[in-house]
Amino acid sequence: MTQPSVKQVWEWLETIPDPEIPVITLVDLGIIRNVEFHGETCVVSVTPTYSGCPATSMINMDIETKLRDCGLDHIELKQQLSPAWTTDWMSDKARTALEKYGIAPPQPAGGPQRCPHCGGTHLEKLSQFGSTPCKAQWRCQDCLEPFEYFKCI
Amino acid sequence: MAVDQEKLLQFLLRQGDNTLILGHRVSEWCGHSPILEEDIALANTALDLIGQTQMWLGYAADVQGEGKSADDLAFLRDAWDFRNVLLTELPNGDFGRTLLRQFLFDAFQSVLMGRLMKSSDETVAAIAAKASKEVAYHVERSADTVVGLGDGTEESHARMQEALNYLWPYVGEFFASDDVDAAMAEAGIAPDPASLREEYDALVGKVLADATLTIPASKYAHKGGRTGYMHTEHLGHLLTSMQWLQRAYPGCEW
Ligand SMILES: [Zn+2]
Repeated sequence: MTQPSVKQVWEWLETIPDPEIPVITLVDLGIIRNVEFHGETCVVSVTPTYSGCPATSMINMDIETKLRDCGLDHIELKQQLSPAWTTDWMSDKARTALEKYGIAPPQPAGGPQRCPHCGGTHLEKLSQFGSTPCKAQWRCQDCLEPFEYFKCI
Repeated sequence: MAVDQEKLLQFLLRQGDNTLILGHRVSEWCGHSPILEEDIALANTALDLIGQTQMWLGYAADVQGEGKSADDLAFLRDAWDFRNVLLTELPNGDFGRTLLRQFLFDAFQSVLMGRLMKSSDETVAAIAAKASKEVAYHVERSADTVVGLGDGTEESHARMQEALNYLWPYVGEFFASDDVDAAMAEAGIAPDPASLREEYDALVGKVLADATLTIPASKYAHKGGRTGYMHTEHLGHLLTSMQWLQRAYPGCEW
């Protein structure tokens, strides 16, 4: 096949869901930092969310599988540490999708803005740590439901 | 002048072995914590520490230049090759002692990572920038728990004071500089750890005072971990568990 454009590769990448939170894509999450061709090799730079995130190897495999399915044979995945990933890179589309999914999106204030279930604002933190490194556990005192909050880093 | 690569390697092993050994210790709590939230918090802390280990030991392996990986360094070295401070290899004890050990370590990391972010070595600076975000969450939680348990019931207070009496003599090793540290400081790669003591004491002193705990008066410090001169008897036991699979099935991957 003829070499696809970088823009085309980005479009393919935009369809890959996050393995833990499938309502957002890897591109929305902001962890794919760069795509370029070195000769025939497509080099994709990925930055980890948390350094010990167990999804990292799954994410790399998903990227490689997708690009192979799209016809690319020479793929190189590069881990890029700097600048460190920040939740500021998450797209607005991803923030909306997270909330609809029941996860409060990250806020600069350091805590959720409102309950993703009922919109209530009387909230309490249960634990700074949740089911994955990127989430904390909170509870809404209006509807009494627990929910997860995507931590701001 | 380029920095002595052997000394840089020692510096990186110290970083990576601290997070590796403490990460393994903390992971021993998985499934055993007093409540679910704490179990999850400990497992996540251990994960972050192991993730940071992959970065530190990955870079150490590059600097070493023998074609080894971070896994090789973690699983195929013996006790005398490890360069972690003794505090990280001490047995967990009860939940309070585990969290106090975590706090004493997190406080040091929070001071150190802030400085390493400005390292003249780009990779060290990048790893520190990544780790510092995680350390900020760790120290917030461990400090909160230390205050909660120290300034808690008579029983929890007594246990925390006992834990502090046991752990405090291991804190001094953080700041015991040697020629490796001098070389790192001269090259602008890392600060002399002795220069971090004042900031550390201020941070730790405040939290322990809030926790109504008394810092032992003795200045005695156990040493020998970060130089590899002499580890405690606990490290070998930890390694038999951590390295078992790679020793029994060399080269095993999945
Ligand atoms: Zn609610």
